[in-house]
Amino acid sequence: MNRTWYNRIWINNKARLGIIIVSIFIIIAAIGPIFFEDPNAYIDTPLLEPSFVHLFGTTGQGQDVFAQTIAGARSTLFIGFGTGILVVLLGLIVGSLSGYFGRRVDNVLSLIINIFLLMPGLPLMVIIAAWLPPGPFSIMGVLVFTGWAWNARVLRSQVLSLRERDFVNASVVSGESNIKVIIYQIWPQMLSLIMASFIGATVYAIGAQVGLEFLGLGDVDKVTWGNNLYWATNDLALLTGSWWTFVPTGLCIALVSFGLTLINYGIDEISNPRLLSERIVKSRLPNLFNRNGSTPVARKLFGK
Amino acid sequence: MNTSVQYLLKRLGIYTIAGWAAVTLNFFIPRMMPGDPVSVMFASFRGKLKPEAIEALKQTFGFTDEPLLNKYINYLSHLLKGDLGISTAYFPEKVSSIILSGLGWTLLLVGISLIISFVIGSLIGMIIAWKRDGKLDSILPPSFSFISSFPYFFTAMLLLYFLGFKLGWFPIRHAYNSDLIPGFNIEFIVSCLHHALLPASTLIFMGIGGWMLQMRNNMIGTISTDYISFAKSKGLSQKRIMIWYAAKNAILPIITSFGMAIGFILNGTILTEIIFSYPGQGYILFQAVQAQDFQLMQGIFLTITLSVLAANWLIDILVLILDPRTRK
Repeated sequence: MNRTWYNRIWINNKARLGIIIVSIFIIIAAIGPIFFEDPNAYIDTPLLEPSFVHLFGTTGQGQDVFAQTIAGARSTLFIGFGTGILVVLLGLIVGSLSGYFGRRVDNVLSLIINIFLLMPGLPLMVIIAAWLPPGPFSIMGVLVFTGWAWNARVLRSQVLSLRERDFVNASVVSGESNIKVIIYQIWPQMLSLIMASFIGATVYAIGAQVGLEFLGLGDVDKVTWGNNLYWATNDLALLTGSWWTFVPTGLCIALVSFGLTLINYGIDEISNPRLLSERIVKSRLPNLFNRNGSTPVARKLFGK
Repeated sequence: MNTSVQYLLKRLGIYTIAGWAAVTLNFFIPRMMPGDPVSVMFASFRGKLKPEAIEALKQTFGFTDEPLLNKYINYLSHLLKGDLGISTAYFPEKVSSIILSGLGWTLLLVGISLIISFVIGSLIGMIIAWKRDGKLDSILPPSFSFISSFPYFFTAMLLLYFLGFKLGWFPIRHAYNSDLIPGFNIEFIVSCLHHALLPASTLIFMGIGGWMLQMRNNMIGTISTDYISFAKSKGLSQKRIMIWYAAKNAILPIITSFGMAIGFILNGTILTEIIFSYPGQGYILFQAVQAQDFQLMQGIFLTITLSVLAANWLIDILVLILDPRTRK
């Protein structure tokens, strides 16, 4: 069982499928836009159905839906992952300070965390984003401001329990500075949780960002997945029956979020073995028990 | 019982602070933003109101040259009277009356879909956790987590397009047939339900997965405890153990998480309402964004926040009643 962590994630079926899906989209985001000079250009009659000339048809403004779907990946994933990183960093710092120092620091920080958790996300995002100049960095700022608290709370409780462990007390007693204890003793112990928080935050960021842009609060001239959907409804996609203007983008968003969620399930199963379904246990440990079943559990698992 | 009261008061304190924080954010956000918020905010009034009237509005909302503290106190006192300003999108209506007109629809939609998705989701979660070897447990969780990866409004668009537009089974906009006069009669109620069905099913469909997975995971935890083995060895029926022994305990943490879920569900409701032109808070918010009606946007933010806080407090009381472990 001396496998490295990425090996253990890779042999998990769910996580592997998730990694493959997400990687495909990252590659599309990285190199896809190179093939399209200007996805916003007018290329053909508006609202053409999908055909071999235009794989996904054209939008209400005569743009190529395929080009827009590919080009939209870059900005959406960039903001998604960028926000994910920032949200986890902020959550990690606040959560660690709160969980490690406890007492008054914890009281104050926990109160702030709880207040942010209680405020409904989307309306808060809307009233901030409406004031800011539209653009990717405004959206990122808004998402970080409204989204950090959940991670802070999860990470805080983990720090809180690690704080009481002997090895942490040992390093405190040996005169290590608090910052060093947090960074070198505590954080490495909770890598899987940090990873899972990062992925969860990215899923949140992609969903919320698409929602904000769909409301018309992004920079509507840029090609992003959220803007694609905004323009689809603006051009009355539903009333003209042009499903192809919103289905590809929606499916891409769903696939990326699903891929990320799968990775998280994988991480969860690895760090919380009880969730691992018995089916997997069976296939993973075929010869550990006597096939005849030496114990009731073994009989139930491997019997017959 | 005394500690329970203390606990509830403490929670009420937290909600009050959160409410105050929301009110304060609402006050400071326009003032912290780059540019000249006052002229942006009142630009849409031009041509609709006389300059003197605009000046009076600025006074009311504290966009004057007074010290900040005075403005803040002025703003709070207007808020306490329920004065949220005048809408530019629905000029000359008051923000508060517009919000009130949409509140009922949102509560109806959220209420129905929350209860139905919670009941169905927990039931499925209970059953698949109980039969871990069954086919359902390997099919349902991944398919529902795929479904919940869709953005709410995308699912709403799909349903609206196929069931509403293509097949014509459901009306595609508004909360009731506009030929009818709102009133307490069968025809009107049927029309309301018919209109609410599609948006509500979107929310139910998207919500089930979350409840199901939570219930499943809690059940798996509960099933492996000693008292369940004991109940089994007593020879109680499977159904009895599943429902009255395991599920009864597994559902408590979910009710606690109801409060957090409400905020999340509201986000979905807002987007769903927009797609279905359902005249609740979300649709009004969308109109406000489109028309750059800042007063209305901020009024909606405040209303939704205060409703979420109130709902959370009710849930605290509910948990206290349901879970004896919380009453020491």
